[in-house]
Amino acid sequence: MASSSSQRWARISQWQRWREDLVLKALFLCAMISIFTTLGIIFLLLSESLQFFSHVSPIEFFFGTEWAPLFEPRSFGVIPLVSGTLLISFGALIFALPLGLGIAIYAAEYATGWWQKILKPVLEILAGIPSVVYGYFALNKVTPALQFFFPDVEVFNAASASIVIAIMVLPTIASICDDSLRAVPKAVRDGAYALGARKSEVLAHIVVPSALSGILASFILAFSRAIGETMAVTLAAGATPQLTLNPFVGVQAMTSYIAQVTMGDVPHGSIEYQSIFAVGLYLFLMTLAMNLLSQFIVKRYARKYE
Amino acid sequence: MSQIESAFGSPNRAMSSQEGSMSLKESRSVFAVNMRRRQLKEKAFFGVIFCATIVAITILVYLIASIWSDGWPYLNWDFFTNFPSRFANKAGFKSAIYGSAWLGFLTLIISVLFGVGSAVYLEELANRSRTNRWIELSIATLAGVPSIIYGMLGLGIFVRFFALGRSVIAGALTLSLLIMPVIIIAAREALKSVPTGIRTGAYALGASRWQTVRDHVLPSAFPGIATGVILAMARAVGEAAPLIILGALTYIAFVPENMFDSFTAMPIQIFNWASRPQPAFHDLAAAGIIVLLGFLLICNAAAIYLRSRWRSHKP
Repeated sequence: MASSSSQRWARISQWQRWREDLVLKALFLCAMISIFTTLGIIFLLLSESLQFFSHVSPIEFFFGTEWAPLFEPRSFGVIPLVSGTLLISFGALIFALPLGLGIAIYAAEYATGWWQKILKPVLEILAGIPSVVYGYFALNKVTPALQFFFPDVEVFNAASASIVIAIMVLPTIASICDDSLRAVPKAVRDGAYALGARKSEVLAHIVVPSALSGILASFILAFSRAIGETMAVTLAAGATPQLTLNPFVGVQAMTSYIAQVTMGDVPHGSIEYQSIFAVGLYLFLMTLAMNLLSQFIVKRYARKYE
Repeated sequence: MSQIESAFGSPNRAMSSQEGSMSLKESRSVFAVNMRRRQLKEKAFFGVIFCATIVAITILVYLIASIWSDGWPYLNWDFFTNFPSRFANKAGFKSAIYGSAWLGFLTLIISVLFGVGSAVYLEELANRSRTNRWIELSIATLAGVPSIIYGMLGLGIFVRFFALGRSVIAGALTLSLLIMPVIIIAAREALKSVPTGIRTGAYALGASRWQTVRDHVLPSAFPGIATGVILAMARAVGEAAPLIILGALTYIAFVPENMFDSFTAMPIQIFNWASRPQPAFHDLAAAGIIVLLGFLLICNAAAIYLRSRWRSHKP
């Protein structure tokens, strides 16, 4: 930023100096809110989780395979919730990755005229649709369609949640991939064209590998968003925690457990109340790790063209 | 491909893997490139890519069309003036619309005040100290935190610790924290794009740093900041997860009078209706979604309009 040395020459009244100082401090406090929020999240999750872990051993929590916190006999093994989350998220990525990359390649390399104009708004609208709408869509449109093709699909199932989450993260993947494909310099493509390669060959062998760090980062970000998604998962995947790989039965994800507990009136300080913070801490650490990994990939593996 | 590679003596690793199975006859001549096969591949590649795009557009069109056809019959005047009810034909959206308006209004004030304030501090006034690096790090972290975690923060801090209960202000504060990173990042981008000449010009005339920011930098960054704020607000109004964690999923048949009243909001009411087993409530949810999406569409259109005007007026 430009230096403010010109201030030295202006006549600044006492009041002005005081005001400058006040504004600077006030705005500094605004900026500190972000730090307070981060610390607040970490402190809250940790303190409630520690109370939870004084009742339930961490070994039972992290390695137990049965999650039944609301009924006697209680059991707090988080693995069914984590597996539910991962089943839905990986399912979503299977649909979203090829579609997102395909859309990005089309938008960055092929689209002209009318298509180019329409594509970005379409993605922005998809990105702007609230997740509760996707939940409705999963429950009322996707599940009946699945039941039409596979009659043994349950009303609440992981597959419908996966499909709508794929639609939800599609814009994230497409726009980040689009940016990183466009960042590959023209000289690299021209070199390939000069050697006689065709457009599809240039794209598949030169451009996409060059943009791989951005593409990978977008995949990881999408995964992290899929893990943290709540409404669609709660509406579509149900509330039966079970350890399964079958996408056509209901599972409970970590987020839907938190939502389920808070929808009932849970007394403060009870073990159910504390358990949502333990699950929340697990979820927070998972998304944090994913986000840091994507930043690391971008920093470490991004190709610099200068 | 393989013919050309053999002309250079050494096979290109990146390209040879797929072409390795080509017949001997083809690879004998250096210049007889297999045009037909490569053209076919070209077309197939384009077809796949184009299909992906078509699928996305089809999904969007189908989603909107199906919700429209489900919800349209319920979208009459009663829907806007009735309160939620156990009976689908009497249920309305009034308390949800008012609740969302209250939430949106309070969230707008809080998040713009603090979000733009932080952006101005970080972009215009801060020097590179350790504290400021921590601030930037925490903003980057917060931008990736799932919305449900903000709900838990709101539950622990605003609802329990400050004892605000399940009030509008607790919801608005939670949503403000949720969208603040979005607003900060957008506002910083907008401030970055203000040319340095504007600042140095103001300094040259003897303006102080705050005067420069207030009278020159902020006005020229305004359209960019406004675009970011509108998009963030669209996200806040559509967000249901944090509010449900706060405990806002209750039967509310009144309009909030002040900011300490309990409330419901459009996405919560939609969730409530969608999670009931009766199909009539699902159509009500669709009608609610139409109202919500209509509002979001207006927000998005405003943002696109502002952005296009801003681009064309930029020096």
